[in-house]
Amino acid sequence: MSHYLLIDHIDKKFTRGSHETEVLKDVTLGIEQGEYVSIIGHSGCGKTTLLNIVAGLTPVSRGGVILENREVNEPGPDRAVVFQNHSLLPWLTVYGNVKLAVDKVFSASKSRAERHAWTMHNLDLVQMGHAKDKRPAEISGGMKQRVGLARALAMQPKVLLLDEPFGALDALTRAHLQDSVMAIHEKLGNTVLMITHDVDEAVLLSDRIVMMTNGPAACIGEVLDVSLARPRKRLTLAGDAEYLKCRKRVLEFLYERHRFVEAA
Amino acid sequence: MHGLIRIKASKMNMSVRETKTAEPLASASAKILALAPRRANFTTRVFARAGAIAMRLVPPVVVIALVLLLWEFLCRKSGATLPPPSRVVKDTWELIVDPFFDRGGIDKGLFWHLSASLQRVAFGYALASVAGVALGTLVGQSVWAMRGLDPIFQVLRTVPPLAWLPLSLAAFRDGQPSAIFVIFITAIWPIIINTAVGIRNIPQDYRNVAAVLRLNHFEFFVKIMVPAAAPYIFTGLRIGIGLSWLAIVAAEMLTGGVGIGFFIWDAWNSSHISEIILALVYVGLIGFMLDRMVAAIANIVTRGTAAN
Ligand SMILES: Nc1ncnc2c1ncn2[C@@H]1O[C@H](COP(=O)(O)OP(=O)(O)OP(=O)(O)O)[C@@H](O)[C@H]1O
Ligand SMILES: [Mg+2]
Repeated sequence: MSHYLLIDHIDKKFTRGSHETEVLKDVTLGIEQGEYVSIIGHSGCGKTTLLNIVAGLTPVSRGGVILENREVNEPGPDRAVVFQNHSLLPWLTVYGNVKLAVDKVFSASKSRAERHAWTMHNLDLVQMGHAKDKRPAEISGGMKQRVGLARALAMQPKVLLLDEPFGALDALTRAHLQDSVMAIHEKLGNTVLMITHDVDEAVLLSDRIVMMTNGPAACIGEVLDVSLARPRKRLTLAGDAEYLKCRKRVLEFLYERHRFVEAA
Repeated sequence: MHGLIRIKASKMNMSVRETKTAEPLASASAKILALAPRRANFTTRVFARAGAIAMRLVPPVVVIALVLLLWEFLCRKSGATLPPPSRVVKDTWELIVDPFFDRGGIDKGLFWHLSASLQRVAFGYALASVAGVALGTLVGQSVWAMRGLDPIFQVLRTVPPLAWLPLSLAAFRDGQPSAIFVIFITAIWPIIINTAVGIRNIPQDYRNVAAVLRLNHFEFFVKIMVPAAAPYIFTGLRIGIGLSWLAIVAAEMLTGGVGIGFFIWDAWNSSHISEIILALVYVGLIGFMLDRMVAAIANIVTRGTAAN
């Protein structure tokens, strides 16, 4: 059986001098096209490391990543990342940040006018068209994450990698952005791999939740299918039995079976 | 500079308002009443702004006046070795009023001396900027280059500018390129070192963005490296221009020819102390302007980069 994206028996060790830390051990995960998969786990267990491996930003120690039956081991726009801390270039405007990606990815396939239109289209998709001439320093944290998302979406990636995209936001802004992401996923059918440490967010957004054990040598502890119908509405779900069951399951995993150990 | 622009803007406002008031005057009187308080408000604003400008101008003017007075008082007495300011102005009045005369050789107005010096600085500094940013990028980007070059740079940068002069005279056998070389070698170190620090400090995030987009080396240099390191690069450029101007005067004293450095040396040899003082004032003012110029360019270019 072949998956759209396959993370295949990955080990990751960081070595500094003679000191070696094993961060990931034997991580295997298959993701289908159009699927929304979340990775949840305690801080420092290696979520970002795993995402960076899929993105090609971090080399593996063993194993490999296979996308559409081809091994990928270097970064590329087919696996666009929305980084944990937005990573917008401060000297470019909102428009400039997205346009940089559009110009690079579609330099051959789109004309100038098309690239402009595509940039604006993606900014409008995340409701940031109105602020296109602002610089990152002049917009709020939530807006920055929207622009980061627009930049990633504009690359038309095969897989969208989100590293705690809403982590640094207040609850209301986060809810708003989650709704945006759900709507965009509904509309475009992207394949998404998202890191989170928020249980509600994981259940609300995902088709599957991957729960990671604590490091060192973290691995996948459990995978939970979330069989909630889409489109999902946070208010109606709040009392939904399946929703509560999934939520309980993740909480149990995180806080009973794999409680955060300070020594780890 | 900021203040000047503001004044211009408010003057423009005023003329716009005046044309506006002229029209309703003919039609309805009620509207004039409505406008009257805004005009009053406007005049108070002008006074406030003029006051703010005066607050900034008065202290330096007062201090300069006091220093001149003290100097005048100290050097007026017979037996003083230096001329008082009144003497300086009297002695050098011809040079002040006519900076453009040209009687051939090195008997030229101050404008020509200063512009000759500025040209040398411009040449040497431009070369140093290009080479400094390029070498700084290399050292900042490659660990190998840093390990190899950094020790050499650290030693060479402590060599005083003028110590290079005999060597460059031996190599170039001419004053002009030697002076330019001295400027180059003086200005290049802070540019290299600051550029390297700037490049090394580029956040990993930006490198990740570039990697995901698969920017090639040239695109990475132009679109990420230069803007990200710009604040550092400009710090180096600003230190560099100051050092260049310091070095040119000394270098020209030794190489001779037209130039403010040799002008000062020549004045000393003919005991025209007043001319030396006048030249120093010009050297100071131009050094100040050069520094401000690079700072202004830095402000424009790094707009937004420093923030965040
Ligand atoms: N470049 C590196 N060199 C050495 N160790 C590293 C490196 N990057 C990460 N680590 C280690 O790997 C472990 C996992 O880090 P990672 O950033 O993947 O955690 P995370 O799950 O994303 O945490 P958080 O939820 O806080 O973002 C940590 O213990 C960290 O110290
Ligand atoms: Mg992380």
